[in-house]
Amino acid sequence: MGFEVLLKGSNMLRLLEGLSTALNISLISVAISLVLGIILGILMAMHNRVVLFFSKIYLEIVRIMPQMVLLFIVYFGSTKVIGINLSAETASIIVFSFWGAAEMSDLVRGALKSIPTIQYESSAALSLSSFMTYRYIIMPQVVRMLIPLSINLITRMIKTTSLVMMIGIVEVLKVGQQIIEANRTASPNAAFWVFLVIFLLYFAACWPISLLSRFLEKKWKV
Amino acid sequence: MSEILKVKNISKKYENTIIFENLNLSVQKGEVLVIVGPSGCGKSTFLRCLNALEDIQEGEIILDGEVINSDAHNLRKIREKIGMVFQSYELFPHMTVLQNVILAPVKVKKIDKKEVTKKALELLNKVGLLSKKDSYPRQLSGGQKQRVAIVRALMMEPEILLLDEITAALDPEMVKEVLDVVLSLAKEGRTMLIVTHEMQFARAVADRMIFIDEGKIVEEGNPKEFFDNPKSERLKRFLNNFNYVETN
Repeated sequence: MGFEVLLKGSNMLRLLEGLSTALNISLISVAISLVLGIILGILMAMHNRVVLFFSKIYLEIVRIMPQMVLLFIVYFGSTKVIGINLSAETASIIVFSFWGAAEMSDLVRGALKSIPTIQYESSAALSLSSFMTYRYIIMPQVVRMLIPLSINLITRMIKTTSLVMMIGIVEVLKVGQQIIEANRTASPNAAFWVFLVIFLLYFAACWPISLLSRFLEKKWKV
Repeated sequence: MSEILKVKNISKKYENTIIFENLNLSVQKGEVLVIVGPSGCGKSTFLRCLNALEDIQEGEIILDGEVINSDAHNLRKIREKIGMVFQSYELFPHMTVLQNVILAPVKVKKIDKKEVTKKALELLNKVGLLSKKDSYPRQLSGGQKQRVAIVRALMMEPEILLLDEITAALDPEMVKEVLDVVLSLAKEGRTMLIVTHEMQFARAVADRMIFIDEGKIVEEGNPKEFFDNPKSERLKRFLNNFNYVETN
């Protein structure tokens, strides 16, 4: 059948370790992206021309550049050109944060822009200070808008980390390939089962995040 | 009666356009002043200048002895004395009705939340919305939202209320429930500046009428004179738009 391959030796454990490597990279990148993206998004919403100019270039680079190319540039390029020896993990985190922060900043900017000016005015008419206006009126609405959008980004980032095997990181997909290769003659059908398990592992990692998002959206329906 | 608001020679201009120029106005305590005029005549902008949501290029606005302008250091303090209700209600969508109305007194005036809540419930009861206190704005009709917005402005105990076309976005059958609230406020002796297109309401609520056209006060007077015996041709023509008498 091929299914027995999964139970052989420590194969299941190795897959889980691979998943944890992938999640580790993605979650660190997600955390960095959220923080940097929020800061940059707020800066972009302030209409500063210099900030807008550079952020536009930045966003455009991220938009047109395949993540894999970025990964190669940072990982191989850094050694060749600058002469720093980045570990594959560090290079991945840099690339995914670079990408995630760009997308997050665009989401934050969009959410901030979508709050009508007159919400600021009605806050001002009630004598709220601008700090209070952001704290009690603007940010709560922005956060509610951002939840489904950023959850979407987070799950996309988690899924895309499978690319890191291209620069030699042994994450879950790579482990899967190794298992399949090792059992090619004994169990030629192993591929289906291995990839099915990987599918389920990714599902198990992303599903709770989606659930959380749905819960928060319901709770904070605007 | 004592003067509460004085507008001296104010002008609002953009680079090439003059919205209004050299407007003068004096409002007494307890007076209800209704401003009418064709769309785009500058009446809403005028109202927005009074609490510095728009800046003015010339002149002075004095409320209760204090000059209002958009860079005044004590602008927030002065704004506490001016309540404003907008055409589009502008409730805060992520807060319940009760949270909407108690936010400013609790955060700005730092009044005890219990005390504020008690007063909020009284006022909500007065406008017939006590049962909606835990609803969100999206669950309310336009008329209900506007009544909440009025309560929210009243919660700051303003000296003067600015109502900017507060029924213009409402379905016809909801207009009355909102205007009834405003009428009862007028009876309580609140000072109000009202911009509206509801002429019957204007007549019922106003102590004094003002007609603005092309950025100037064209005519003003008590409502009876204003509606029954308009002096200027321009006002006659304007008021005629609201008469639907068969002409053949």
